[in-house]
Amino acid sequence: MRAKKLLSWHFFQKILPLLLPAGVFFLSPLFSEDGLQASLRGDAFVTASIGEPSNLIPFLATDTASADISRLIFNGLLKYDKNLKLTGDLASSWEVRENGLKIIFHLRKDVLWQDGKPFTAEDVEFTFQKILDPTVPTPYSGDFEKVKSLRVMDLYTVEVIYKEPFSPGLASWGMGMIPKHILSKEDLRTSSFSRKPIGTGPYLLKLWKTGEKLELSANPKYFEHAPFIERYVYRIIPDQATTFLELQTENLDLVGLTPLQYKRQTDTSFFRQRYQKFEYPSLSYAYIGYNLNSPLFSDKNVRKAIGMAINKKEIIDVTLLGLGKVSTGPFLPGTWAYNEKVEESRYDPQRAKKLLSQAGWRDDDQNGILEKDGKKFSFTMITNQGNEARKMACEIIQKRLKDIGIEMKIQVLEWGVFLKEFIDKKRFDAALLAWQLSPDPDIYDIFHSSKTRPGEFNFVFYKNEEADRLLEEGRRLFPEAERARVYRRIHEILAEDEPYTFLYVPDALPIVHKRFKGIDPSPSGIGHNFIKWFVPADERKYKMRTA
Amino acid sequence: MELVPLFFGITFISFTVIHLAPGGPLDALSALNPKVSAEAKEKLERLYGLDKPLLVQYGSWIIRLLKCDFGNSFVDGEKVTLKIAKAIPVTLSISFLSLLLILIFGVLIGVASAVHEDSPLDKILTFFTLAGFSVPTFWLSLLLMSFFGVSLGLLPVSGLYSLFHEEMSFWGKLLDVLKHLLMPLLVASITGLAGIARFMRSSMREVLKQNYIRTARAKGLSEKEVLYKHGLKNALLPMITLLGLSVPGLLGGSVIFESIFSIPGMGRLFFSSVFSRDYPVIMGVLVLGALLTLVGNFLADLAYCFVDPRIRYSSEESA
Repeated sequence: MRAKKLLSWHFFQKILPLLLPAGVFFLSPLFSEDGLQASLRGDAFVTASIGEPSNLIPFLATDTASADISRLIFNGLLKYDKNLKLTGDLASSWEVRENGLKIIFHLRKDVLWQDGKPFTAEDVEFTFQKILDPTVPTPYSGDFEKVKSLRVMDLYTVEVIYKEPFSPGLASWGMGMIPKHILSKEDLRTSSFSRKPIGTGPYLLKLWKTGEKLELSANPKYFEHAPFIERYVYRIIPDQATTFLELQTENLDLVGLTPLQYKRQTDTSFFRQRYQKFEYPSLSYAYIGYNLNSPLFSDKNVRKAIGMAINKKEIIDVTLLGLGKVSTGPFLPGTWAYNEKVEESRYDPQRAKKLLSQAGWRDDDQNGILEKDGKKFSFTMITNQGNEARKMACEIIQKRLKDIGIEMKIQVLEWGVFLKEFIDKKRFDAALLAWQLSPDPDIYDIFHSSKTRPGEFNFVFYKNEEADRLLEEGRRLFPEAERARVYRRIHEILAEDEPYTFLYVPDALPIVHKRFKGIDPSPSGIGHNFIKWFVPADERKYKMRTA
Repeated sequence: MELVPLFFGITFISFTVIHLAPGGPLDALSALNPKVSAEAKEKLERLYGLDKPLLVQYGSWIIRLLKCDFGNSFVDGEKVTLKIAKAIPVTLSISFLSLLLILIFGVLIGVASAVHEDSPLDKILTFFTLAGFSVPTFWLSLLLMSFFGVSLGLLPVSGLYSLFHEEMSFWGKLLDVLKHLLMPLLVASITGLAGIARFMRSSMREVLKQNYIRTARAKGLSEKEVLYKHGLKNALLPMITLLGLSVPGLLGGSVIFESIFSIPGMGRLFFSSVFSRDYPVIMGVLVLGALLTLVGNFLADLAYCFVDPRIRYSSEESA
């Protein structure tokens, strides 16, 4: 084995001079790392969005479209990897000291801004100052208000001191960093930088035509490596039907499908030949939130009975055509905070009836609706307009509750009215809604009993002393194992108290053109390694002029 | 001169009404997002001056307006005037072209219908113009897109330009835009034809009943001369007023139409600003609309005097 290897090396050495004059041009690009990458580079990727980005400055990018683009142009100090664990981005490493009061970030030394200037700790300090600047209209200052001070130790080291340990704060350093040397004299509210950004990220913004498209090109100096896909085109197509027609003409390379499109409309030979579909849990869950101050729902047995009377699998099968999972709590299934031991409340209308009768709800006058103290069990479920799946879910629930003797009315409301007049003013019995999940499991704002003022998020008035204590503790702890213990317990408590009836986690359903290779589906989805996607030379669709 | 108080009245009512609509500009960025703290929301409200009473907000808006400052969008901080300036050429060129088409075909159809009144031709034309008028824009558009764009692959589905339009030659660019414009223009013309065609038909019919047409026939003019020299000329007069009144509409654009074809025009700008409660942009578009309506009415009045010398506005009357 060894001899053979030597021999071939010898042989190679011998013929090398012969190959050199002609072959070096051929071989060297294939052998060197850079050369291999260069051969993968090319083509364009075209996707579409319903809305137009509004502002690309990371902490002012509040809508999905802005965040999509901002992510390509800027980097934070940390990011979530494909398994939804925090990892370094602009920071090569970080240390948590003094029980979390102090965090030290060590920055990468090989990062350049897209204009060629080096990225340093000064930029981190500047970004931090701007987020807290009272004249900068960012909605994301909350997590940073908990920082007592931030100090630049040297060019590539930053020390952050918190007022109290705050572990979700670590993830907030995933916020994109902005360049001090360009923005130090600019007013961020009016600066043209929001439309002509310069970041550290894998793509540079080339062109932005309002209402039409944004075009980005690969950053050849990106610190990981230049992305293989040369251009990124983000079209703005406000109509979903049009988007699908554009997909049918192969003008779009990635679209998020609806369950109906996923199951039926793309189930054709055209799509099978040319596109590849993916399916994985999205970062969100749908639930019924009960107003716990309402006399109907203050008894947890009533809430549990409703949970049992609803067949969640049925809701998933009907509204999402089976493309979703039953949810048992406010964490993403499969992540470390999620407690596998919490079982979904099984569909069991008989037990539901029994629970209700124990709680004093009986159908004494035989009219099919339960009564207690002469009042019938009737309530209104509210949900927001524009989400067909939620409306359908309401109708299914209505039927199931009728089966156990509860009358439920449905009110579908415009989003603004829904929030201002009903949720904020707590004028509702129950609401069917969904929360986006962030990879960090901190849900203090949603379930802590102090967060019930108008505009705050515990609008169901949930209060449980143990949960309160654990929610506070979870934010102070840093090691994952210790936090996992806390959040798994919270998961149990919420299942026991059932302030929400957790319904389902819908699937994300992207479809991607088949010419793109290197896609690596993982818990975080497919976007995490976008810079490694490539199109083999013979399949390239768009011929690029080299910039 | 009465236009000035009218203008303030319009803006005040608009301003009040859009502020009465539930929700506000901050909801889009902060509603039900646990990462947005209540303090951050209050800070934003102060920054945009939304914590002040409505009258104070209106006052400061008017003062800025008098300095010709329409303000900046709450959503992306861009100047309102710039936003409108970007959307106007798109909408204007499309509505102008489609108006031209509508005018040509509408007049032709109207005249043909009137001349051959109650004939099968008249009935068929009437049927098709009314069918075009009644068909929902979105349905017709999707059908055409699916047929010409997907099944035949002849025309681009949406947008105004191809992906790498910037890199095309001049003629390539021109052809590209024409291809993209074809379907939107077709849809706009088909759905807008009925109004002009019906109006033209009745106007022509009236004219053909007049005594001077009988006179013209009696003095032995050819039918062609009777119809086009004496008939059409007079029947076209009311069209001028109709055109004058459609001036504000030219800039309004259509939301459904612009959304389906992904055309970045005024309709979409207004629609999206209403949904994000982007007050400065909404007010900017409304002010423009109000101004154009007032100017349009004024021009129509002038046109009446010009076309029909019997109409006179004396200064005593209007004061």
